Amino acid sequence: MDLDELYQEVILDHYKHPRGTGLREPYEGESHQVNPTCGDEITLRVHVEDGRLADVSYQNVGCSISKASASVLYELVNDVPVDEARTKMDEFTELMNSKGLGEPDEDTLEDAVAFTGVSKYPMRVKCALLGWMALKDALIRAEASVPTPRGGAE
Amino acid sequence: MEAVNSLDVEAVRADFPILQRKIGDKPLAYLDSAATSQKPAQVTDAMRRFSDYSNANISRSVHTMAAEATDAYEGARAKVASFIGAPSPDEVIFTKNSTEAINLMTYAFQNASVERGADPRFTLRPGDEVVVTEMEHHANLVPWQQLCLRTGATLRWLGVTDSGRLDLDDLHEVVNERTKVVSFTHVSNLLGTVNPTAAVVARAKEVGALVGLDSSQAAPHLPVDVAGLGVDFIAFTGHKMLGPTGIGMLWARAELLGAMPPFLSGGSMIETVTMERTTFAGPPAKFEAGTPPVAEAVGLAAAIEYLEALGMDHVRAHEQDMAGYMLEGLGAVDGLTVIGPDVPTDRIATVSFTFADIHPHDVGQVLDSEGIAVRVGHHCAKPTCARFGVTATTRASAHVYTTTDEIDRLVSALEKVRKVFA
Ligand SMILES: Cc1ncc(COP(=O)(O)O)c(C=O)c1O
Repeated sequence: MDLDELYQEVILDHYKHPRGTGLREPYEGESHQVNPTCGDEITLRVHVEDGRLADVSYQNVGCSISKASASVLYELVNDVPVDEARTKMDEFTELMNSKGLGEPDEDTLEDAVAFTGVSKYPMRVKCALLGWMALKDALIRAEASVPTPRGGAE
Repeated sequence: MEAVNSLDVEAVRADFPILQRKIGDKPLAYLDSAATSQKPAQVTDAMRRFSDYSNANISRSVHTMAAEATDAYEGARAKVASFIGAPSPDEVIFTKNSTEAINLMTYAFQNASVERGADPRFTLRPGDEVVVTEMEHHANLVPWQQLCLRTGATLRWLGVTDSGRLDLDDLHEVVNERTKVVSFTHVSNLLGTVNPTAAVVARAKEVGALVGLDSSQAAPHLPVDVAGLGVDFIAFTGHKMLGPTGIGMLWARAELLGAMPPFLSGGSMIETVTMERTTFAGPPAKFEAGTPPVAEAVGLAAAIEYLEALGMDHVRAHEQDMAGYMLEGLGAVDGLTVIGPDVPTDRIATVSFTFADIHPHDVGQVLDSEGIAVRVGHHCAKPTCARFGVTATTRASAHVYTTTDEIDRLVSALEKVRKVFA
């Protein structure tokens, strides 16, 4: 197997220097996701303001793929309109289900195109999607919650 | 009882066709036998011979093949009985795997607890206690935990020391007059520890509790003698002892099997049936509802024959050598921490470790690129992982076909892992 294809420089860089980590306030939706096969975990919060994802914050433990994916997620969807974030989420999910055959759009997915190789490894696709599942869930929760002035749900 | 390692590993390897395969362009180094072992050609040949020549359902028809199939299936039962020193083949129940064998026990308790007139040894009420350990595979934890939740009994457990041994300091407190059953792992699948069964069994007997073992990781590597162990039941599984998947075993004392309510019910386990009522056959049939895994039993018997031909003392000695070699090699790797006993005494060659801050998934992936198959994750022992403050480990495990060369490859590939993630 071609290790370099899986562990692209971009991925290792995000893993070693993750962007946007830490849980922040305010937020309207929070999601906790676990990968039961390996114990990887992420808690992710979204702060939505005027239809934009004003902040995405997260804390996670996991492998290089799941950590790099969360970091790339932050770069892609932080401070973008919610609709656009959803589009990117769908594109990334589709890429991960492409079994290595996806042809991602670098304009929308940016660093996330480096994950094309990951989609060839079924055992690792779940790692790459963990943060995105948390984002999807947190957005649903944010929509359902009535925003409070301080934003916290707890 | 240290036997000299006189296993001819190269001759053994020649019997395992899968060991010839390559992963990419690298020869396979299979160090994941604790998850499932590989099968020698003798096992697959026996299964194919049965399927191509004698396949029939058992105990149902009078034709020649049905008789052959019944003989083969019952022959396998006798083979298992003699392998573990059971006084009678009728004490061996075939199941799907260890998990089902353990559930067969826990459901005997659960069913007895709701049926009238059940044997009191199997009835659980609030105030009764069930004992396991903190080093169980989920298969010997979750069923007992669920049983306790449903009956109101209390689940208790023996702890694990920092060096990965069973903590017997509070044995007398944890196993006490309220204890009705103690079920613990014979050998830990995560730590590799071979447990001191005698002390726990003696205490269980002293308080009048039933006591059994999860021998899933013991039967493949050590001589197991149920009479010598003095236990009431053991569970083990075919696919970890060079046999096929789809077959496991429960052994229990005949008298207990007689007193236990059945787990699954349906065909083949009855004495007589009317629309209103059923009376059950005696053991083992009482616990084997439906068509059993006949071809798998044939394969299992061939696996046991294979192990017996090698000699379980020699299998054990080789295992011990591999354990020592693994601990030495891995112990010298900078940043590597063994989770479990760091000496080869009372342990098998199943070694879990953490490596620097690198996630086991990443370790396993890079090792795979070198053709080395290890297991990564929590190994179905989450509480044991939690006990050692980790969510996952990398685990290398050996069997009769494992070579020191494969272990050397593992150790040097860890340097490649380090390079990728440094
Ligand atoms: C100690 C132990 N108990 C139980 C099991 C469960 O075996 P099976 O999956 O064959 O039921 C395993 C294997 O995974 C094990 O290692």
